[in-house]
Amino acid sequence: MGAFATTALATAAVAGGFADPVFDAQAVFRLLMGAMAEPGTVADLGARVAAPAPLVPAAAALLAALADGDTPVWMADPAGAGEAAARWLRFQTGAPITEDRAAATFALLPERHDPVGWASFPRGTSDYPDRSATLLLPVRDFAGGDGLVLAGPGIAAERRVAPAGLPEGFAAALAANRAGFPLGVDIVLVCGTAVLALPRSTRVREG
Amino acid sequence: MRTTAMTAAATPGPAYNFAYLDEGTKRMIRRAILKGIAVPGYQVPFASREMPMPYGWGTGGVQVTAAILGPADVLKVIDQGADDTTNAVSIRAFFRKTAGIATTTRTVEATIVQTRHRIPETPLAAGQIIVYQVPIPEPLRFLEPRETETRTMHALEEYGLMHVKLYEDIARHGHIATTYAYPVKVEGRYVMDPSPLPKFDNPKMHRSPALQLFGAGREKRIYALPPYTDVRSLDFEDHPFTVQSFTEPCAVCGARNVYLDEVVTDDRGGRMFVCSDTDHCGTRRAEATP
Repeated sequence: MGAFATTALATAAVAGGFADPVFDAQAVFRLLMGAMAEPGTVADLGARVAAPAPLVPAAAALLAALADGDTPVWMADPAGAGEAAARWLRFQTGAPITEDRAAATFALLPERHDPVGWASFPRGTSDYPDRSATLLLPVRDFAGGDGLVLAGPGIAAERRVAPAGLPEGFAAALAANRAGFPLGVDIVLVCGTAVLALPRSTRVREG
Repeated sequence: MRTTAMTAAATPGPAYNFAYLDEGTKRMIRRAILKGIAVPGYQVPFASREMPMPYGWGTGGVQVTAAILGPADVLKVIDQGADDTTNAVSIRAFFRKTAGIATTTRTVEATIVQTRHRIPETPLAAGQIIVYQVPIPEPLRFLEPRETETRTMHALEEYGLMHVKLYEDIARHGHIATTYAYPVKVEGRYVMDPSPLPKFDNPKMHRSPALQLFGAGREKRIYALPPYTDVRSLDFEDHPFTVQSFTEPCAVCGARNVYLDEVVTDDRGGRMFVCSDTDHCGTRRAEATP
């Protein structure tokens, strides 16, 4: 029985990667770059991967495109509920899965993850603000939630977004993140196959 | 075995990965670009690779272009505004060969414009990407040679030295004598080298709807300006920033308010001024011809 279970897990890890690694990775990156350059816009990365839960398809595609042996990925409970997802990531990207927040380049946050915990992810240093984590936060929908007004680089004047299923205190946490600029984390909201980026340069207020 | 050998024999020349770079290198450059976009104007270190061209020929720009390029892209490459100079022709040929993508000389048709030292006269549109080739990315380098010091100066936002340099220009020449690679401040935070653009082009960077990426291959730095980013040329209240102005129009197409190159026409002091942007000049002439 044990042997069968292991085989099933291993098969799930091997399947569901990019069908065309070079061009799928390029397409995912370009869409993500567009989303990061214009914060608050929603980019659909397409159904390019099939990853085990709790990996959201967009987060799986983003990591399949950008993660590798140089980029530790933090996730909750990689030996328990997240085991299948952790195995998939290890096989598809070669990225080390870590439970040490301070070591993370990417972090797969659980839904409604308390923003208080974000402070323990790398925010860069004043000499090297690029040495900071990118947090992937699942949301229920990109519309229907409380309104946020975004401004800053990548936004002509203001951009309104209303993601649903955000954790308590999200807007305040984003404002605090912006206040520490150029230090800070960069946040990518994921839902289904789509992403919405909120880099640290974005100013946010509720409204 | 036999099939493999035949296939190999039928393949003309060595096969490259799409756009020359291996996938691990592309991922590393892509991650650097994303951090550059998140911190506009900050120089992100990256593991620059040896390219099949010498440093100084745009290896940084080429690596950035290779990392973002997809099969549907249309690439334009300019060198001092011209599509037909050695550097521009070679880089276009390089990407046609290694990526099989379409190239163009028309600014409006391009999805990616790689440039050495000019911004096209035709305003860039939303969705376009401009990739700058940068020789010395550190604006403070000629004032402070130590990287450890300049890094700290950026961290502390200590840019007094740059203002002293501009002030000394005024004290000596009566005006700010810097005419190219004129330093800019991004979103009120980082002082950035715009690459050796004539200062004529600096205002085009301010709140441009296009994404602007900068690659320095030898110096191993990538930086970025997202669309609609504030880019201010440094100046003083009593000595505001101004761009070059030309008394004559382009001798070929008659354009005014464009950047002109001086062309010596004989050995008796004859000269003419023509558009530096060959696509802009050619388009104007084509439109003027009935």
